[in-house]
Amino acid sequence: MTKCRASLLPIFVTLLVFAAACHKKAVPPPPPAPPPPAPENKPVINYFTAEPTTISSGEPASLRWSVTDANNVQIDNGIGQVSPNGRRAIYPTATTTYHMTASGPGGTAEADATVTVSTPPPPQPVRSQPATTVQDILAHQVQDIHFDYDKSDIRPEDQSILQADANALKTIFSMDPNFIVQIEGNCDERGSAEYNLALGDRRAQAARDGLVALGVPADKLHTISYGKERPICVEASEECYARNRRAHFAAAQ
Amino acid sequence: MRTLITSLLLLSAFGWLFARQQVVGTIEKNPGKPHVAATDFRGAGAAAGLVGDFNSTVASDLQNSPLINFVPKTLYPLQVPQQPSDLIAGVTQPSVRPTNPVGNRLTDWSLPSITANFLGMGYSAEDHGMFVVFGWLYSTSPTIPALQQAQVFGKVYTAPLTREGAIDAGHRYAADILAQFGGKSLVGTRIVFVSNRTGSKEIWVMNWDGTDQRQLTRYGSISTFPSASPDGHIVAFTTYANGYPAIQMMSLDSGRRLTFYNQRASMNAFVTFTPDSKRIIFSSTAGWGPAQLYMANVNGSGLRRITSSGAIEVEAKINPKTGTDLVDVSGRGGLPQVYHMNLDGADIQRLSPGTGEATNPSWSPGGDHIAFAWTKGFEPGNYNIFIMDVASRQVTQLTANEGRNENPTWAPDGAHIVYASTRGGRSQIWVMNADGTNKHELTQVGSNEKPVWVNAEQ
Repeated sequence: MTKCRASLLPIFVTLLVFAAACHKKAVPPPPPAPPPPAPENKPVINYFTAEPTTISSGEPASLRWSVTDANNVQIDNGIGQVSPNGRRAIYPTATTTYHMTASGPGGTAEADATVTVSTPPPPQPVRSQPATTVQDILAHQVQDIHFDYDKSDIRPEDQSILQADANALKTIFSMDPNFIVQIEGNCDERGSAEYNLALGDRRAQAARDGLVALGVPADKLHTISYGKERPICVEASEECYARNRRAHFAAAQ
Repeated sequence: MRTLITSLLLLSAFGWLFARQQVVGTIEKNPGKPHVAATDFRGAGAAAGLVGDFNSTVASDLQNSPLINFVPKTLYPLQVPQQPSDLIAGVTQPSVRPTNPVGNRLTDWSLPSITANFLGMGYSAEDHGMFVVFGWLYSTSPTIPALQQAQVFGKVYTAPLTREGAIDAGHRYAADILAQFGGKSLVGTRIVFVSNRTGSKEIWVMNWDGTDQRQLTRYGSISTFPSASPDGHIVAFTTYANGYPAIQMMSLDSGRRLTFYNQRASMNAFVTFTPDSKRIIFSSTAGWGPAQLYMANVNGSGLRRITSSGAIEVEAKINPKTGTDLVDVSGRGGLPQVYHMNLDGADIQRLSPGTGEATNPSWSPGGDHIAFAWTKGFEPGNYNIFIMDVASRQVTQLTANEGRNENPTWAPDGAHIVYASTRGGRSQIWVMNADGTNKHELTQVGSNEKPVWVNAEQ
């Protein structure tokens, strides 16, 4: 420790000296003469492109542009005024040509960018269309509910998580009415495997009952207990035990 | 003063050592039980290479039995009899007693330092491609006048000419010896257990001595919680093969799946059979709420609810002797404890002392004791094996400071207990005498748990 401090000291001193030097340098010399007023140049559209230029219906594309010497840049098709340099996600459902108008004191410039929308594929089943999104919500917004040792009641501090889960689940079911969620009850490794199978079942049921009380449709929630057969960690520590005492939410198979 | 105490301690230590040396060979592992010697059999022809497995099997079975004291082979005379015609009758007079007993004089086996009450002897041979053993047991008592009367039994054992055959013959000969002293034979009994050695939990079966380990299920799912019918024909277990934990029945003879109607429930598990193997009790969430005990026919029909405790009820075990009462594990008082009740759910009493967590109860074949896993005063999860005399509630601890010990099941002879222990790291199947002595490991590959001792087929 002492050795470390001793070796750091010269560096610190050096840094101080440099800092002082910098500070001195910052004292401004007399300002140079102001630049001459910019000439009234005509606006220039450096580029205005669509990427990709061809998409299938429902896929996103983006517009990118760079404009100089303009104080008003507009894109039609409902986009409106934009900044001189920018990027915008677009969701055209048919082939669309976007028209840009850049105007400034020096005049006006215009450019077009076209996104070709290919013939839409045959309609997908309702389920698969929003599936990725539904899965995303399930994975990221529906959080595990945790329990105390040998207990299956929802802890007061977990009530807000349950409420957030209920909201996210309602979103999921409104997006995909056929989606079913499986609530998986789990336990830490300390109790007997036999008792934990029944305890995990209670935990899954408790989470389900809590969600139903918050307005989640009961018939969309299945429960299963894995007892202590599927731990997410195996260390013999209270932290790991606490992580494993949980009701987890997954898409029903 | 201090010197005096030290020298006294030293003296007593020496005295103890001296006394111990004097009684070497006569220390009784099982006090009051008869002392039995069994010679190493010799083998002729192809049997010569196999008889070693026979001899070590006999010695191990006799050594592990709580019914006798096995006399160590190091105390035997150099020359040992191999058949009745080798034996010499009569008693050596104390005045001419030799320093070393004469191996062929039967009553000399009763003398120090052998001091055996019984002598097992015999030989093996190959006959028509079979491993054949001639085995005898004699009483060495000097009060029996003639050799003929000293013979307890003489039998012929025939087995395949393989290592397994020799081991099997050894078990049968040892069982016949132990049967003389009240031993119920374990020959033909098996142990069903759960192993993850294929990568997922499957049901396995092995002979009771750990040989011939075979896989029964191949679901690649979670298959666990096995139990067996008392007639030795059916193994029941719980599997996630169809998604939800559900009961499945399998014939132990054919390995075929048997019909079983699972209740519509988030879980059906933990089967126990009535003594006639015709009905079962299991845990189910069929009635919503926590898992409760239900009785049904062995195919799952004829369902009747037994408990309505509002708390978790698992691991029912029907008393194999009476068939009218059971023990189970219930959370009705808080942490899981072992309870006793009638088959109709009436007359409920807590059996386990109430502290910690008590789980995994198992009846002794006589229905008078249970073995169970208990955390006693230890931290949660630190289970050890205990047995309880159900009438007196007297509790005896059988394992200590040897990892986590769970799922004890009594052997059909009432003298052994099989259980799962993590004492070596991963969970493995172990066997011990019902007094906690002679612990030995039966499995080594993968992680193995939940052993159930299966009766020989009836």
